[in-house]
Amino acid sequence: MLEIKNLNVTVEEKQILKNLNLNIGKGEVHAIMGPNGSGKSTIAHTLAGKPSYNVESGEVNLNGKDLLSKDPYERSLNGLFLAFQYPIELPGVTNASYLKQIVNAHRKSRKETPIDAGEFLKILKEKSKLLDIPMDMHSRFVNAGFSGGEKKKNEVLQMDLLNPSLIIMDETDSGLDVDALKTTAEAINKLRNDERSFIIITHYLRLLEYIEPDYVHVFQNGSVIETGDKTLASRIDQEGYS
Amino acid sequence: MNKVSKDNFTQEKYKYGFVTEIESEKIPKGLNEEVIRLISKKKNEPEWMLDWRLSAFKRLENMSVPKWAKAEIDEIDFQDLYYYSSPKDFKEKPKSLDAVDPKLLETYEKLGIPLKEQKVLAGVAVDAVFDSVSVATTFKEKLNEIGVIFCPISEAIQKHPELVKKYIGSVIPVTDHFYATLNSAVFSDGSFVYIPKGVKCPMELSTYFRINASETGQFERTLIIADEGSYVSYLEGCTAPMRDENQLHAANVELVALDDAEIKYSTVQNWYPGDENGKGGIYNFVTKRGLCKGKNSKISWTQIETGSAITWKYPSCILRGDNSTGEFYSVAITNNYQQADTGTKMIHLGKNTKSRIISKGISAGKSSNTYRGLVSFHKKAKNAKNFTQCDSLLVGSECKANTIPLTENSSNSSSIEHEATTSKISDEQLFYCMQRGLDEEEAQSLIVNGFCKEVLQKLPMEFAVEAQKLVSISLEGSVG
Repeated sequence: MLEIKNLNVTVEEKQILKNLNLNIGKGEVHAIMGPNGSGKSTIAHTLAGKPSYNVESGEVNLNGKDLLSKDPYERSLNGLFLAFQYPIELPGVTNASYLKQIVNAHRKSRKETPIDAGEFLKILKEKSKLLDIPMDMHSRFVNAGFSGGEKKKNEVLQMDLLNPSLIIMDETDSGLDVDALKTTAEAINKLRNDERSFIIITHYLRLLEYIEPDYVHVFQNGSVIETGDKTLASRIDQEGYS
Repeated sequence: MNKVSKDNFTQEKYKYGFVTEIESEKIPKGLNEEVIRLISKKKNEPEWMLDWRLSAFKRLENMSVPKWAKAEIDEIDFQDLYYYSSPKDFKEKPKSLDAVDPKLLETYEKLGIPLKEQKVLAGVAVDAVFDSVSVATTFKEKLNEIGVIFCPISEAIQKHPELVKKYIGSVIPVTDHFYATLNSAVFSDGSFVYIPKGVKCPMELSTYFRINASETGQFERTLIIADEGSYVSYLEGCTAPMRDENQLHAANVELVALDDAEIKYSTVQNWYPGDENGKGGIYNFVTKRGLCKGKNSKISWTQIETGSAITWKYPSCILRGDNSTGEFYSVAITNNYQQADTGTKMIHLGKNTKSRIISKGISAGKSSNTYRGLVSFHKKAKNAKNFTQCDSLLVGSECKANTIPLTENSSNSSSIEHEATTSKISDEQLFYCMQRGLDEEEAQSLIVNGFCKEVLQKLPMEFAVEAQKLVSISLEGSVG
């Protein structure tokens, strides 16, 4: 469902991704591990279309369609979701109205009518419960003054609401305590199905102990140096990257 | 990026720019005693009103146009303007809506202000002012039953002369400054509101100002009096056709709140801002002032300023009554070549007076946006307090934002708190929203609406949604 071919990416004229090749099949969970500066987050931002990430050459197809020519919002509407390592604050915008607006943007692209307010509240309650999110969080401003755990849960909630086919998680485990990690991982596991693929970017084994990957890729200097199954993650955890 | 959505937006830009094809009757161009006499005659005014106008005109001859605003203003030829224009054969305001020219009703319908009783917004009474005359006022009788007077000021001059005489010019003196004095000489129509003692006005009162005729200035005058222990919420809206010429709008608004009374005055200003090259648009030079005359009185100004080529207004409060409160909540948005110089004056005269200023300036394109304010504590203003917060948001790199807060303090027991921030919409915020499926325009409008939220939520509920949309539309085409 996602094919990355010979991808070269520069950021501020520095080459970060070098001839990267990666194939991700439907329903598969791929973990990407690697030391700081190896290009893990760059792949996430490039796939999502962040403006300062320049694709010099290469090709990316999502569900058979060229991804790189699309604007970031079109990539989202086409089923790509990036869970941010540091979710952004939107002062003055209440979480509930924001969530409703992004849901409606996706409905609009499917030529559906905007969601009814009562219906939305029902869904929001249901999905918030799954993540242990209190409803009063939704009357606060998006991510403003949220704890690290609240921010990450809010990302997973959006993932759940938008029903994406490819989910990229950029260090979702950072800033989470053990309990929050567990709740978040359980919620993510519920989102796993045969149609949906995941790229989980992480430094540590601990998230992968809850969400079992089908493949583990080790990144170094902008390309994959080793691929294996989940045992590779345990080995790295014990031995390090070198 | 996003070419499709941007094109879609440009097409729906300033949807109020149409002209109503209606024959008009004008008093010949020019500013002289003859014109003032004619205006007064058209309005069937009593002698005292004409004398008042003429005294203002006399003062005007020795006054000149103020030049201190941070705006580049083309010189205005005051002799080359029409000062009075009304639909033809408009001798007297129709007694019922059935007698109003259908073209006028259609105009307001198109502007989203239906006047026919079966369609009107429940809970909102409207006075519709077209060029120099009021063409219809809804719910007048119903309000009358509880003693609330809501009518065009020209009607009030005839029917309630004792009230008008007592209060007109009591907040903005005839001699105040050039544009205020000009208005006093040539004012045409506007609204008059009187809320009797102890009455909480059960409806929103609103006036909708429409400029239609070309080369014509609009000089409305509004007077609102809230008697002891009363409350009223009033809202004004304004639009004008798209034209290459600049048109002058110079209004005077006076508010008087007696003991324990409260007036909430909201403005959604959407005059034609000119085109993307800065051609045309309204010169909006307005004097708005409220007097908290009685103890425990309160006046609150809320303004959403999105239109006009140049906006130049400082809705102010004179806090004379002890324990009185003045508030100013403002969102001013400028795009393309618009210029806004707006703010407030809070004059603390009484003991324990309080004021609060929240100003949100948003500049985009090549526009210039200035907050200018004065907080003044007089000797007797013991324990007076002010809080001021001025935030500016820049969209793009070619616009300007200025903050000029002045304070004068002659009281030694008072306190002033001032906060100011300037920020830019961050690329990170835009990217975050776009990653969730919002296009760039939608993302920007979400962030800007968040920035203005504190002020937008002060608007009467019926208008808050409309104002949010207006905020988004005003910034169209500013995404880079």
